[in-house]
Amino acid sequence: MIEFITQPWSWWFSGIIISTIMFLLIYFGQSFGFSSNLRTLCAASGFGKKVKFFDFNWKSQIWNLVFLLGAIIGGFIARQFLSTDAPVEIADSTILALEKYGFAAPTSLQPDELFSLDAAFTLKGFLVLALGGLMVGFGARYAGGCTSGHAISGLSDLQLPSLIAVIGFFIGGLAMTHFIFPLIF
Amino acid sequence: MKFFKFLLVGVLFGIVMSKSEAISWYRIQEMFRFQSFHMYGIIGTAVTLGVIGVFLIKKFNIRDFNGNPIVFHPKDMSVFRYILGGAIFGLGWALSGACPGPMVVNIGYGYLTMIIVFLFANLGTLLYGIIKNKLPH
Repeated sequence: MIEFITQPWSWWFSGIIISTIMFLLIYFGQSFGFSSNLRTLCAASGFGKKVKFFDFNWKSQIWNLVFLLGAIIGGFIARQFLSTDAPVEIADSTILALEKYGFAAPTSLQPDELFSLDAAFTLKGFLVLALGGLMVGFGARYAGGCTSGHAISGLSDLQLPSLIAVIGFFIGGLAMTHFIFPLIF
Repeated sequence: MKFFKFLLVGVLFGIVMSKSEAISWYRIQEMFRFQSFHMYGIIGTAVTLGVIGVFLIKKFNIRDFNGNPIVFHPKDMSVFRYILGGAIFGLGWALSGACPGPMVVNIGYGYLTMIIVFLFANLGTLLYGIIKNKLPH
């Protein structure tokens, strides 16, 4: 049992749990959409006074901020108690492809080349993290949702706008991976 | 106390995102290079079960735990905002290897530099809110 939990979880088991999370939130009278929290945080920071988009009753979204807090705690629990911190076993072809851009084979969950303190405090390293985050936050609201809101919740409800958004996610993701990576790494 | 259940579901979310390795930048790279089934399997399983569940909720008018009808809100139809907004999101997703949920799970996991990514994601949403009316939707 312990061994089962500390190993990486299979895609099918993980998929079942994620859909369970969506249905639990629906059963609790809410919906699964994580990036709404970014708008809520802007509103809770007082930007509603100046920008109309943030002028709404953000207190009705506290449940989602609590969910966010739980997600942080869940990450902590996974690392401290449920993990062996073995390297991510990605495909050999991906390891080879990333080597060309100066990324060593995985030694843990995330590449030190991007997420170590040393990397984050170089100009280029900082810009990669900052611009990555900026585009995610901007694009999520422009598209009206992120992976949870569109790819999971929206597609489950057979929403055409969500399918278009997911196609958009892939246009951007493929362009970054295949055309922009060679320019910046 | 009424929020405690959301905390627990959030904890479950943090654990499954970590244990499925969906919070890993490497897994997102693998996905955008079509070199593994892993991420497609996760999302595909969740959506398949989601479609079945949502269908059953609608067919049998299942109510939530307060006894209220469960309502699904259709999203406004448009192409432009979903393609362009989605593409901007995708550029950031592939670069940072994290969408908003995994960002905070990574912070809990101990990758503290993800705080930079998350702060700038908030800044991106703020920027969108400020220039929203000037953008085509």
